[in-house]
Amino acid sequence: MIKDEEYLKSKASYCIDLAKKLGSTDVSVTIGNSISETVSFRNKVLDESNRSDSLAISIETYLGKKKSSISSSNLLDENLKTLIEKCCETTKITPDDEFNSLPDKELLAKNIKDLNLYDQSHIENDKKINYLKELEETASIDKKIINTESGFTENKSNFILANSDGFCNGYKSSSFTASCVTVAKNENSMERDYEFTSKCHLNDISNPSELGKSAAEQTIKKLNPKKIGSDKLSIIFDRRISKGFLSSFSGAISASSIARGTSFLKDKLNQPIFSNSINVIDKPDLIKGMGSKCFDSEGVKTDTLKLVSNGVLNNYLVDTYNGKKLNLKSNGRSGGSTNLYFENGSVSYDDLLKSHSKILYVTETIGHGTNLVTGDYSVGATGFLIENGEFKYPVNEITIAGNFNEMFKKITLANDLDFKYSVNSPTMMIDDMTVAGK
Amino acid sequence: MSNFFEKSDLTRKDVDEIVSETLRNCDDGEIYFENSKSESILLDDNKIKSSNYSSDLGFGFRAVSDEVVAYSHSNEISKEALNDSAKNLKSTLQSIKGTYNHEIPKSNNKFYDDINPIEQKTLDAKLEVLNNVNDYLRKKDSTVKQVTASFSGEQKSIEIIRSGGEALTDVRPLIRFNVSVMLEKNGRKETGVYGIGGRQSYDEYLKNDNWKNVCEEALRIASVNLDSKPAPAGEMKVVLGPGWPAILIHEAIGHGLEGDFNRKKTSAFHDLMGQKVASEGVTIVDDGTIDKRRGSLTIDDEGTPTERTVLIENGILKNFMQDRLNARLMKTKSTGSGRRENYKHIVLPRMRNTMMLSGKQTQDEMIKSVDKGIFAVSFGGGQVDITSGKFVFNCTEAYEIINGKIGSPIKGATLIGDGPSILKEVSMIGNDMMMDPGIGTCGKAGQGVPVGVAQPSILIDKMTVGGTKL
Repeated sequence: MIKDEEYLKSKASYCIDLAKKLGSTDVSVTIGNSISETVSFRNKVLDESNRSDSLAISIETYLGKKKSSISSSNLLDENLKTLIEKCCETTKITPDDEFNSLPDKELLAKNIKDLNLYDQSHIENDKKINYLKELEETASIDKKIINTESGFTENKSNFILANSDGFCNGYKSSSFTASCVTVAKNENSMERDYEFTSKCHLNDISNPSELGKSAAEQTIKKLNPKKIGSDKLSIIFDRRISKGFLSSFSGAISASSIARGTSFLKDKLNQPIFSNSINVIDKPDLIKGMGSKCFDSEGVKTDTLKLVSNGVLNNYLVDTYNGKKLNLKSNGRSGGSTNLYFENGSVSYDDLLKSHSKILYVTETIGHGTNLVTGDYSVGATGFLIENGEFKYPVNEITIAGNFNEMFKKITLANDLDFKYSVNSPTMMIDDMTVAGK
Repeated sequence: MSNFFEKSDLTRKDVDEIVSETLRNCDDGEIYFENSKSESILLDDNKIKSSNYSSDLGFGFRAVSDEVVAYSHSNEISKEALNDSAKNLKSTLQSIKGTYNHEIPKSNNKFYDDINPIEQKTLDAKLEVLNNVNDYLRKKDSTVKQVTASFSGEQKSIEIIRSGGEALTDVRPLIRFNVSVMLEKNGRKETGVYGIGGRQSYDEYLKNDNWKNVCEEALRIASVNLDSKPAPAGEMKVVLGPGWPAILIHEAIGHGLEGDFNRKKTSAFHDLMGQKVASEGVTIVDDGTIDKRRGSLTIDDEGTPTERTVLIENGILKNFMQDRLNARLMKTKSTGSGRRENYKHIVLPRMRNTMMLSGKQTQDEMIKSVDKGIFAVSFGGGQVDITSGKFVFNCTEAYEIINGKIGSPIKGATLIGDGPSILKEVSMIGNDMMMDPGIGTCGKAGQGVPVGVAQPSILIDKMTVGGTKL
């Protein structure tokens, strides 16, 4: 069983009281417990079972404008005492930083909404095994599939965030995740692809045969890939990939990158950065949302933010420390975005495929070729060549490159937004990208 | 050495009994105790931004039967927690009939000392170095707009207890010192990053004001990039510099030679043992025994002493890297490559220090032989798709080569290639093998472990460069 609220709260107040007694002016404590149970299958037989029970505590102690932190997995009072003493000692010799402080009291979350993030259902390993059996049976129907690997994870967590200004809140959450990776082989090539489902509530996950079928189909489609010649092309990014641009975007508008001056979006507030049809929303209070939060990692209330409207950047993602540096109030985004998404575009998926006579459709990218300082983008890619709206053949061993400043202004979005992840985008097209191949 | 049971209701005898009873009909397994102490101190934006100390304690209990692994971990060291884990393992592995393999090789070699690097330098002294770095760089060059410098240090003590009571222990120090600098000139920003580290005290790496050299190198890389032009796009010749660019070997070849992917036949290399997979003269080894290197280990995380494993010898595929599970299933022996990030994770076959050995040519000869291509000196991260064999890595310092001469620096571009065929495109091997500075972390299945790489300069006849200029 995961540790209950009462236990976590008593540990938190023990730490706060002790740190105050040792002279700390302010204290903040986060304690979390998470239990997850995973069963993995490979080629229709049990491969691995894994149970993990993790406790974690992190404590920040302040002495005026001085601050330091400790973390541990050992919650015995004796160990906590040693660590808090060490933390207080370290704080004393750490230099002042005028921007160090707990969040403003009036910004702390007061009404904690129930966002239905916790499902107490427990799925026994036997049932996980049945689910995975059905999944792999479906995934391996086609003889071209030579290897299947799948897994089912149930996770339950609980946490408390407390500080010496009286904030003390937390909540439980759960997730149920099933995934499948398949390998297909023929005389010319061997390819891999995947499918997965992850939800807060057990009843909301996809059914196993659907998942297995989808993974197998996507993998087989990739067999016999060709390398295409270097060219300027319009690229369609599958929803798996298009959401990644939003993740880069949220990194570039985090108050820390802005305050440090290491973002290509610095000084772009109130300026157009996307084409004027683009809207970006960050909505923390989505019921059962994968990224939903009642407050941020400092306890600050989170409201829905329209980060971009009609292409114009309205907000940064602001936490207390960097907010003070930038002379901005925290908007509850310490720890980043919540449920971040592009609003739907006006074109259907099918019409997007037909919009040019030759399009590269990207389903996977590899590499870390995103530079948030300059906005330069260059990654390895796998996908399909589309001619006149039809998928012609799979493509691999190519790279695609551009710069976000220009790419963002050339985005066209389809109208197929789906909330599968915590960051979501409809299918996306960007014109005039450089493809390097043969 | 940590005494893991000192403050618990457990005795060594209890642990032996629970382990032996739980693993009775298993083929293999052990309990792994870990106590790690770590610190990170970060200077950023002219200030000490964070100073964190962390202590973590826990165990992971593993039972292996045929191909099945049951694992349970907890950060509570008590009789109750151990019994709960044992119960969990038994529920997964019902009605099994294996024979426990007690055999584990022994060695008296040690590749680092039992030190705690955190305690060997005072916090004041560390803060002073970080502040010196900041002042030095900002005074040195007016285009410096941001400086980040950090220390991270760790001491990890482990104890492995196997069925029958055999115990194996190791104490592993690890440190890293890193400097990142951002320059701005005429509205253009570029960063340069450099770091050093390994399994010794901080001061071993900072002798003779060596922090200045680290600053200079970060500054040099950033300055080069300020003048960089858009990179070319398309297939061309690529000369790789010595040292850190060997992450190409790590991504393109290394992962594909790990035992698990080959037992499962999902690696593009699984049916190529004994065959020619690289040009003549190419020899690649994975070595866990180099003194005090970041990727070195006295014993791996299953207790097997590490070794120098020849993966490719003169172009021919000779060995895969194995942990005990995959070795048993592939009827070979562990190469001491069983590793895990910490007690929360299962053991997987992983790389240690992966090195391509020197040949006879010089870097000059390589550059002179290229009409049109690029010279790549340093890289950021890389990634590989094991199954298709395609891999990428990102240049952080590269130049164009025109008519046998090094030309302008070019912007960071991704290089992409095909693992099983790339080493057949190696046409010259340099005489200048170098180790990386001790900064690599390899990720696999969500687990990060410290690794090293090394190589001489090499010429690759054909690779795709992912620039923007057609």
